[in-house]
Amino acid sequence: MCRVVDLQQAVLARNDEHADLLRADLAARGTTVVNLLSSPGSGKTALLELELAMARERGVPVAALTADLATENDAVRLARSGAPVKQVLTDGLCHLEARMLAGHLDGWLPEATRLLFVENVGNLVCPASYDLGEALRVVLASVTEGEDKPLKYPTAFGLAHLVVVTKTDIARAVDFDEGAFRVNVAQVNPGVEVLLTSARAGQGVGALLDRALAAGDGEPVHRPVMAASSAHHHS
Amino acid sequence: MHEMSIAMAVVEQVTAAALDAGADSVQQVRLEVGELAGVVPEALAFSFELACGGTALEGAELIAEPVPGRARCDDCRTEWPTGMPPKLWCPSCSASSARLLSGRELRIVSVRWTEEPEPVRVLEEC
Ligand SMILES: [Zn+2]
Repeated sequence: MCRVVDLQQAVLARNDEHADLLRADLAARGTTVVNLLSSPGSGKTALLELELAMARERGVPVAALTADLATENDAVRLARSGAPVKQVLTDGLCHLEARMLAGHLDGWLPEATRLLFVENVGNLVCPASYDLGEALRVVLASVTEGEDKPLKYPTAFGLAHLVVVTKTDIARAVDFDEGAFRVNVAQVNPGVEVLLTSARAGQGVGALLDRALAAGDGEPVHRPVMAASSAHHHS
Repeated sequence: MHEMSIAMAVVEQVTAAALDAGADSVQQVRLEVGELAGVVPEALAFSFELACGGTALEGAELIAEPVPGRARCDDCRTEWPTGMPPKLWCPSCSASSARLLSGRELRIVSVRWTEEPEPVRVLEEC
């Protein structure tokens, strides 16, 4: 017998449930996750290396997990900070999911960790759809990627709690139009903060660490318009 | 291409529901796919066909209903289509107090499947 059945299930509901569980678990032990999303070559690893070093200078227990499609040297580089670093290979999968992250943290993440930076797989499409239980979602783009990047990747930028511009030391050399970039960010994510950074000049490193710690202390983070869809919540 | 992960999640969820209902073959899956869901419909269709292979959904048809993005301003109550890439500030009063009404959907709406016929009840024995 043939029947049409109403299912009414959100496709990513399972990941969202795992993310909520992980968020609660980590919060209970005082750990805050910062999810870093960017295209390859954004300078994310260079900036993260400085964040880890500064956190350690300030006495903040910090750790980093970096996800790659295939072996790269990110972990080696990040480990120079002295912070615990774990590299995971996704075997071709273009994003991390909450359940996978929980599995990777199990038995590795030091108990006292206050901040955990997760360097997501390098692209701005797939990781945008997966909540990892983070308190702060940061989307990074370098000045070389152009002002229209936020319009090309509206889901990633639209769901960001914080947008970070990297490599501002070469902004002039590549004719980066900061005003136009800000307008484009505001179009897809009104009210989100845009933070200017340069790993080379050390600009914005402390500010990004401050934002991460504030999110961990329960200070309200930006609520993106795109995240607040009622469609996402009715069952 | 996360459409493959999404297709596999759909197959997993539908398979579980079919098992619960005692259905052994699924012919059709109807999805709502929002304009702002970050999913490429062609890639999803291609992935779905692959993901269905060897499951109760083998050969099932995927109907993806697009859902346009719409937003509303809490200040002046203007409603507008967001377009893609979306414009999420109010076009009337420029307030940044917009609310997304639709466009992020990624939902399984309904499925069509074949259930085992219920055994004929014998009403009266004589
Ligand atoms: Zn308005």
